[in-house]
Amino acid sequence: MTAGTEREDPPALELRDVTKLYGELLVLDAVSLSVDVGARHALIGPNGAGKSTLFHVITGTQRVTRGRIVFAGKEITRVQEHVRTQLGLGRTFQQTSLFDGLSVLANVELAVQQQAGVARRLFPSARRRTRVSERGRELLSLVGLGSREAIPAGALSHGQRRQLDVAVSLATEPSLVLMDEPTAGMSRDEAMAFLAMIVTLPDSLTILMVEHDMDVVFELATWISVLDAGKLIADGTPEAIRGSRAVQDAYLGEGEHLAKLFESD
Amino acid sequence: MTTPAVGAALPGFLNENLVSILNGLAVGMLLFTMAVGLSLIFGLMDVLNLAHGAIFLLGGYVAYQVIVKEGQSWLVGVAVAVAFGAVAGLALGGILRPIRHRGHLDQALLTFGLAFVLADLATIFWGSDFQSIPSPVFLQRSVEVLGQFYPAYRLAVMGVGFALAVVVYLVVERTQVGAVLRAAVEDRAMVSALGINVGRVMLAVLALGTALAAFGGVIGAPILSLSPGVDAEVLILALIVIVIGGLGSIPGAFVGAIVIGQVQSLGIALVPQAAPFALFGAMVIVLAVRPEGLFGSR
Amino acid sequence: MRALAPGPARPLVQLAVVFLLVVAPLLLGDFRLFLLTEILIFGLFAASLDLLVGYTGLLSLGHAAYLGVGSYATALIAIHLTDNVFAGLAAGVASSCIVAAATGWLAVRTRGVYFLMLTLAFAQLLFTLAITWDSLTHGANGLPTPKPTLGPGDSGGALDGGTAFYYYALVAFLFGLGLLRAVVASPFGRALVGIRENESRMRSLGYATSRYKLAAFCLAGAVAGFAGSLTVQQSSFMSPSGVSFEVSALALIAVIIGGRATLVGAVLGSAFVFVIRDELSSAFNEHWRLVLGLVFIGVVYLLPRGISGLSARVGGLLTRRTERAAGEPA
Repeated sequence: MTAGTEREDPPALELRDVTKLYGELLVLDAVSLSVDVGARHALIGPNGAGKSTLFHVITGTQRVTRGRIVFAGKEITRVQEHVRTQLGLGRTFQQTSLFDGLSVLANVELAVQQQAGVARRLFPSARRRTRVSERGRELLSLVGLGSREAIPAGALSHGQRRQLDVAVSLATEPSLVLMDEPTAGMSRDEAMAFLAMIVTLPDSLTILMVEHDMDVVFELATWISVLDAGKLIADGTPEAIRGSRAVQDAYLGEGEHLAKLFESD
Repeated sequence: MTTPAVGAALPGFLNENLVSILNGLAVGMLLFTMAVGLSLIFGLMDVLNLAHGAIFLLGGYVAYQVIVKEGQSWLVGVAVAVAFGAVAGLALGGILRPIRHRGHLDQALLTFGLAFVLADLATIFWGSDFQSIPSPVFLQRSVEVLGQFYPAYRLAVMGVGFALAVVVYLVVERTQVGAVLRAAVEDRAMVSALGINVGRVMLAVLALGTALAAFGGVIGAPILSLSPGVDAEVLILALIVIVIGGLGSIPGAFVGAIVIGQVQSLGIALVPQAAPFALFGAMVIVLAVRPEGLFGSR
Repeated sequence: MRALAPGPARPLVQLAVVFLLVVAPLLLGDFRLFLLTEILIFGLFAASLDLLVGYTGLLSLGHAAYLGVGSYATALIAIHLTDNVFAGLAAGVASSCIVAAATGWLAVRTRGVYFLMLTLAFAQLLFTLAITWDSLTHGANGLPTPKPTLGPGDSGGALDGGTAFYYYALVAFLFGLGLLRAVVASPFGRALVGIRENESRMRSLGYATSRYKLAAFCLAGAVAGFAGSLTVQQSSFMSPSGVSFEVSALALIAVIIGGRATLVGAVLGSAFVFVIRDELSSAFNEHWRLVLGLVFIGVVYLLPRGISGLSARVGGLLTRRTERAAGEPA
């Protein structure tokens, strides 16, 4: 266990025996997994498997009951959410969380100015200001929203909101982005456009996504972890996961599985 | 030597301050009639009804008009005032409806403007002098409590307030209607998904809450006297009550009302200088230590 | 957004308004000039509240506390130490900033109703303190204070007479409003708007939002204290009614009627409130509150962006029409 931290190249993210209890309810049961630098890592599992909770304890919106979270070799188990962001842990939201009343560009600029250390300034130089706007425009064109900078975020389509959400989290210059069901609610076309955009993101960026859509997962993921009833039941390459008996039981026969659950109650 | 002294101190303390303690209970029960509605309305609709104090005051004035000016019986006065309160609640629901989508800041602002208008309307109709309603004839006497005489009316207010608390608690915690209400507080979307008209539940709670406030104004009138400014005073006290007790919690509103009643009465009797600070100090401490209130969840 | 876009007419309008304010003493009688001075000072106070309510989304019901602390500090300095205006201003700003920091530290940890309650509670506490701390404040009787002077000590020229004080207040007003405008246009100010729009998202972007809110609270408190100093320097009197709930309420009404998140709207709203109160009170048989309350309700309903929003909307329609007219041939 300790060998991990002493390695020269620590994984982008490492969970060790992460356990979460809601009162009596065991939601995460000693989950240990490791996300490699540059991976497109997908976290899948049937409803109620604990994916969202795992997501939340990684971002810091919830605290673990037991276990440790190590981000780029640094333990962040008790670190506050905004500090995790400052350390390079970005995220996108399942319910896209934007500044609806502000323009698309202003949305990104809020993130850029924080990253550039300008946010607290009352009287920044004009040069710093233009640099913030320039970086904002750069990010918008990266996610394909270059032509939309002036309209309010509230007026964007669902798919565009997801794109903007990605631009905003990229603006925090993360080394790892957590994506919570990035294509949920998108039309087929929107989802494909979104995937094409993700593919263009630099390889140095690690992506850990929670995703329902199996097509998306197998299209994009380089590594897949499967959660079921709070436990990690499989962890491997897409090929390995496709062939896993345990995953098929838990995931592909979800109906039966649920039926079993109700019987045992 | 010391043990009997301590033993004697308590009855002595009780003896000296019995009236203050009883007064505090009466005030507490009045505050409860205000606070329980405020709290339920907030829990259900996310709306802080800043016009609640004005409705308390207007309820008192309406009963004053019926009982003192028109010479009707107390029962009629209470009935008219409570009906007035319920109608005011329904009207409030109608007024808030068009801006529901705008979030609670705008809704709170609207009730704030309404409070301003209603308070001024009250002075147009009833002037700015102190007005009072004499208590019902059969309660215009004193009753011996633990060896001291105390106005029967105030005891009745305590009894009625306590009964109200029990009834509201039982309705919300034990009945079908209450179950819907509690579910709606927890998760509005889920309740409407069950085919229940949440809008109607909200209207009912608004009407109930404001009717209780108006009722509080009536039974409070013989104790407090009605005048401009009473609305803001009771509103602030009731807000403190629900912040201390926890927004949306009925037991919280009850305990908070009793605590604030005692601070307002016993506190002023014992340490007149410090009482106002105790009032806000209590709230600040509760918020600093337990931001969700004593009985609040989340 | 369109309302904030600087159209070609804006600098001209601003210049014209400043010009009118400069020549106002030539146009107005003593009473009106006194009223205008009051409006400028209260407008600055309301603009400081707008920083909280309009920009940061924090509904404060007790902003009078900081105005009052500034007033009392200035009054006490003038009575006990020196009647120099700048000493008074410094005392007002410093003391209200300290009190805002202490109370804000607790208030910004809460949100929504709790924030509203805490600000209301702090203000009521200070109001009670102003009444009960007799040895310092003379309780409900209030404190008569000497006229402020410009020079050092008691020897300088007195800021007596309406016109001299008006110009002093005008400079102070323009300075205060300019400061607030610079703040809201800065990255810090945009971060405040971000907190209003979506606080949890701001946190996930790495903003320590409590600190930003506290900074906004202190800044708003300091500017309110600055306005409090000016208030007492104008009226030469301070009593607990200057810290009362009604003062907080009127400022909030001014902000909402004038239009949230505009700063200038808060000043326009203050003008509206004062004109209603002072000019219409006879016509409406002292029931100016009723008129004010009804206007307020109407504005909340129909003009969520207030009077200045209305003018921006009209302006927006005009520019859109001209844009369309200009765009059509192409």
